[in-house]
Formats: sequence, structure tokens, C-alpha cells
Amino acid sequence: MSTSTPPRAGTATGLPEGAALSSASGPYFGEFGGRFVPEALVAALDELDAAFTQAWADPSFRAELDELHRTYTGRPSILTEAPRFAAHGGGARVFLKREDLNHTGSHKINNVLGQALLTKRMGKTRVIAETGAGQHGVASATAAALLDLECVVYMGERDTERQALNVARMRLLGAEVVPVRTGSRTLKDALNEAMRDWVANVDDTHYLLGTVAGPHPFPTMVRELHRVIGEEARAQVLERVGRLPDVVVACVGGGSNAMGIFHAFLDDADVALLGLEAGGDGVATGRHASSITGGAPGVLHGARSMLLQDDDGQTVESHSISAGLDYPGVGPEHAWLAATGRAQYRPVTDDEAMQAMRLLCRTEGIIPAIETAHALAGALEEGRRLGPDGVVLVNLSGRGDKDVDTAARWFDLVSDEDLVAAEDVRTDRADDGVHAGPDVVAGGEPRDEGVPEQGPGSRTDRGDAPVDGSADGPADDGAEAPTGARGDR
Amino acid sequence: MTAAVTTPGAAGTGSSRTGAAIDAARERGGAALVGYLPVGFPDLATSVEAARAMVAEGVDVVELGLPYSDPVMDGPVIQAAAQAALEGGFRVRDVLTAVEQVAATGAAVLVMTYWNPVVRYGVDAWARDLAAAGGAGLITPDLIPDEGQDWLEASAAADLDRVFLVAPSSTPQRLASTSAACRGFVYAASTMGVTGVRASVGGDAERLVRDTRAAGAERVCVGLGVSTADQAAEVAGFADGVIVGSALVRALGDGGVRSVGAVAADLAAGVRR
Repeated sequence: MSTSTPPRAGTATGLPEGAALSSASGPYFGEFGGRFVPEALVAALDELDAAFTQAWADPSFRAELDELHRTYTGRPSILTEAPRFAAHGGGARVFLKREDLNHTGSHKINNVLGQALLTKRMGKTRVIAETGAGQHGVASATAAALLDLECVVYMGERDTERQALNVARMRLLGAEVVPVRTGSRTLKDALNEAMRDWVANVDDTHYLLGTVAGPHPFPTMVRELHRVIGEEARAQVLERVGRLPDVVVACVGGGSNAMGIFHAFLDDADVALLGLEAGGDGVATGRHASSITGGAPGVLHGARSMLLQDDDGQTVESHSISAGLDYPGVGPEHAWLAATGRAQYRPVTDDEAMQAMRLLCRTEGIIPAIETAHALAGALEEGRRLGPDGVVLVNLSGRGDKDVDTAARWFDLVSDEDLVAAEDVRTDRADDGVHAGPDVVAGGEPRDEGVPEQGPGSRTDRGDAPVDGSADGPADDGAEAPTGARGDR
Repeated sequence: MTAAVTTPGAAGTGSSRTGAAIDAARERGGAALVGYLPVGFPDLATSVEAARAMVAEGVDVVELGLPYSDPVMDGPVIQAAAQAALEGGFRVRDVLTAVEQVAATGAAVLVMTYWNPVVRYGVDAWARDLAAAGGAGLITPDLIPDEGQDWLEASAAADLDRVFLVAPSSTPQRLASTSAACRGFVYAASTMGVTGVRASVGGDAERLVRDTRAAGAERVCVGLGVSTADQAAEVAGFADGVIVGSALVRALGDGGVRSVGAVAADLAAGVRR
């Protein structure tokens, strides 16, 4: 590939003259980033920034995290060549960085273990998280269980329906899952609700943000925690092929797996970087989640970046078959890499992603997440462009077990009788859906009426009781404390 | 990040319409009452009528909310109202119409808005059009002065008030820099949390008002959680103004304009005790 030379620092990058692109560490990435947050959060962001900077420079913290990754996550993750898959993509060599083999099934664990360790170091006892597909929520619940932290996960109600199995996984791990019923009832609204919780409970609570978005220091911190993906993959490709790849491809929602694998290659001028956004029904239809391709600069969730918005600056609802990419914004560092031309971003439609998903299943025996399948579709295109001499590195960011239900419907893999309770996953569903859960719904009424809102025996009160089943007395399944009740809302 | 904030047209200069309204209330005895309603809820005409009714019943400063898709500082009552306004076809330009009609009462009218709609409109254009409509300035819940250089300049050029927030978690340094960046008053968030009705406003608020004044603020108004006349009277005992939102929005939703007027009258009696 005739890659253009990356822009020189000191020109359009906003970096000091001569500085490497990989040295960018916020709060701003060019004109993007910053801290557009309520004043109440500024002290917490300052504290977090200082704590992370100090921990990241502390060899003992790094050693503890590395050891956890070695003995718990399963790092380093392997690099798998995919020749039968690659044959469908022009014959270029395709290598898969197998983040799907990490504990919990995606790259998300890299970030949550780091932030959970940091939470302990800051002396906080509770973490909150937002989740789309449920991957980050499951990873957060896992880290919280491992490190003995209370964990509350906010999840758009529509996503709890699309990803019911992950809701069950989080609850099994001891986390409280709060379905969010406001707005579009997806990831962006879960993020809003998590921010509201954080404002009210910042003394004892760390917001374990799941992607490279949000106010500084989150974009930088989350990227640093995922950087290991690219560092490992770069060395692995060098060892296997004897040279760097021509192109590195990854799917981009908020953009954490992509930043994780891109970062090690930012200053390799001959390595192209390609982010695949969720094209939904096609960017031209308006039903998509391609914030860079189809969005405009603006402020959302604490940072200036690219986002889907209307003429009034109202956030536009995103659409994607993949809950994990169904987000109308993107991390500010990606917006910067796009603006400077160092990385390219293109949309992949739902259909293209599903076809790529099935192809990898049938040619390599690997079931990828639908999110990841967007990257695979991009890899096929890049392979065709490069031809047999090309080398394509794909971040296989997650496994697809959670998506088998969606795939079964999409490809009509099971009979109608098997899908008695089924509804078309591509259709927005009516309000009161199949999701059964005892939780209070954020922004809505409690589902199990009869529990007093305040006072003795209230949800808040009972929330202090252990919910792991080891408590005396009857199992109190429905008594998870709704976080919405904290902070006196 | 403690970026130095340069404040063109430093606090105290110019003719703060909000500041004048608060000072007039102080001379009258007690504190100013600041009442919030979102534009377009339940519809544009009714929201304007309700805001005018608040003024008739004793609200000194009107705070018109610009409904936004992602209101992270708002609790359930205001979230629901904003969502209803958006579903009802609210457009940002409706705010300017509402400002014009409410400002005609003679009350100081501030707009409370999340930052992205202003970015999208254009900061300079927004400042110019707001001033032309008779608006007094902006309250910006998700814009801290550190990120607001363009707004500091635009508001100075258009002679508009800038109301930023301080919180119980703000450091003395931030209380000082934020107070210096404000014009009109400093918005003290009574508790760590979002907008909504609370049983008690708590001692944090009084401490925060004292610290903010010590950091150089000329006027400090307290918001978040105040809903009753008793609470208003209590806050009026230590602050320059009492900001009420959710209780008024709820009244409008439940009982219409007449109900808003009744709640406003009750609160106005509270701040004047």
C-alpha cells in the first residue's frame, strides 16, 4: 500500500515540534478531547489523573497488572493466521490478534483490570460502568468480583433485551444491572446515567468507563491500558512475517480496541491504520453509527469529538446490529487521527459484517463478535486491494457466543418453532419487552412495586445486605440496591 | 488541568441584568428567587405562559432550559420534561422566541443550556442572537471556565452574564477561578448530585456559599434540591438567591400554568421571610 507519510508533529497534530504521534496523552488531541463536565466531577477527574499518572509510573503497579494479565487474563494473546478466510480476500496474509481468547471473551478485560486495581489504590470501594453489548459490563463485573469491589452496571434497556445472556452473566458475577429507560435506551443513555451516579457518589465510587471516550484522563488512560494489544501484535507479526503489516484494521465504536492495537503503529509511517465503523443500513440511510464518516465535531459525554447530531446539536440515535458499536460518538484520539489523516475510517453495513462473521466461522472455526466482524469485512477489502503480497493485521476483539441468537435469526439457522418468543432483532422493540429483571429501571418506575422507596426495608436500605446468597435468611433475589436511589434522586 | 482563565470584561464591569435583579431583591429584603422551566414543555406557548406566570407571582430571575438529548446534570423530572419537549418538536430557535416573550415582563432571563447546542449554533452567533432577543446570559452546567474561552469572549462582546457552577467538591483554587469567570452570580450546587427534589438541602450548601464568597464571588445563588417555601426561606438566610427547578416543572406537568403560579407564589413568600 502506498501509505502517505504520517503528518509531522508540529503541523496539524497540535503536538510540539518533533514529537512522536504516540506521545499524545491528552487532555487534547489536536482540537479534540478536553473536559466538558459538570464542575462537581472536576475534582474526581483531577484525582484520577494524578492517581493514574503515578500508578502508571510505578513499577510495582505495572508488575501487579502484568502478573494478573499473565495468570488471569491469559496474556499474551496469540496471533492466528487465517489462510482459508484470507483466500476470500485477495489472498493477502491475514493475521488475527486473538483478544477473543482473553478471559471474559474480549479485549475489555485489559482496561477493567487496570482501572479496578487503580480503584483499590485510590481507596474506593465501588465501581460503576456503562455497557452496550454487555462485554464491558461483564468484564467490569468480573474484575469487581476478583478484587472485591461493589459493582453496578448501567445498560440501555434495549441492549438488555438484545443481550439478555450477558445480563445474566453480570448478575451471576454479583453485579447489579440497571436497565436504563431514558432516551434511545442504548449505550449513550447508559453513559448518561453512569455520569449521574458518579456525580452523586464520587466519594466512594470510581467510574470504570469502558472506552477511549469521555473526559480527560479517560481517553488516555483507557488507551494506555489497551496498548498491550498492539505492542504484542507488532512483535508477533515481526516474528512471523519478518516485517510490519501493510495495514492494521479494527472495528470502532467508542474505539478502545482500535486505539489499543493502533497505538504501537502510530509512528510506523508505512503501516496504514483502518478503523471500521458500524454502517448499519448504510450511512446514506441515516440509520448507522458511523460518527467519523457521517458525523460532525461537537461535545458529548465530556469531550469534544466527532458525533452524530442534528442541526440543533441534539444527539442523533445511532443504529447498528452490533450493540457494542451502537454509539453516536467516538473517542477524541480517533477524531484526531482521522482529521490528521494518520488513520482512515470507513463504514461497514450490518449485512457486510454478518457475511464476514459467517465467513470466518466457516473457514477458520472461529465465531467472532458482530462488532469484530466489521473489522473482518474491512480486512477482506484491504486484502483484495493489497493482493497476495499484502499482510493484514486484524484485531479480533471479541468472541461471538453472545451473538449466536442474532446470527440464528439473521441467517435463519433455526426453525420458527424454535423461536417462539422471538422477535426480529433488527426491529426496534416496544417498551415493555422480554427482559425480566427485578431491578429498578433508571429513569423509570421500579418494576417490583411494594418495596418502599425510603426508610427501613427500602431498596436503599436492603442494598447493604450481602446479595451473594451467603447471607442468613431467604435469598433476596430482588433486593439489589438500585443505584438510582443513592444520591437522593 | 488548571488552565489559566483570562476573563475579558472582568466580573463587575458591564451591566449585569441578573446582578441588578438580585441586588434589587436584596434591597427588598430576603433573597432573589430564580425559577427554572424548560422551553417547549408541554409546548412552546404554554412554557412561555408559565414563565410569565412565575414572574407575576414573584420570581426575580427566570431560567429557561434548552431541552437537550443528553442532560447529564438533570434528574428524572427535568429529563422527562426535556424529552417530552424534544418529542413535541422543540427547536433551539424556540428558545430565542421564548426569551423575547418572557423578557418583555422586565424580568432578567437566563438560558440554561448544555454546551453542544451552542457549539452547533456557533458560540458568537448564539451570544449575538440571545442578546438581541433580550436575554441576560447563560448558565452552562457542563461547561467549566477552563474549556470556555470562546464563550468568555463572546459573552463579553455581547454584554451577557456568564453563570458557571461550583460544587461541594470544588477546591479553593477552583472556587476563585470560577468566581472570577462568572458575571451575574455564581451557581452553587447544594449537593453532589443532579437536579431534583430533596428532603433537605443540607449544610454543604451554606458552607459552599461561605467559601465561594471568600473566594471572591459577589453573588452566590443556591440550586439543586430546593422545592418548598421552608427550604427556600432557609437558603435565603445565607445565599443571595434561591434556584428552584424540578418543583416548578413538576407543578407545570401536574397542574398546568395555574399550579406553577401557586408554587412560585409560595416560594416567593419563602425567600422574603
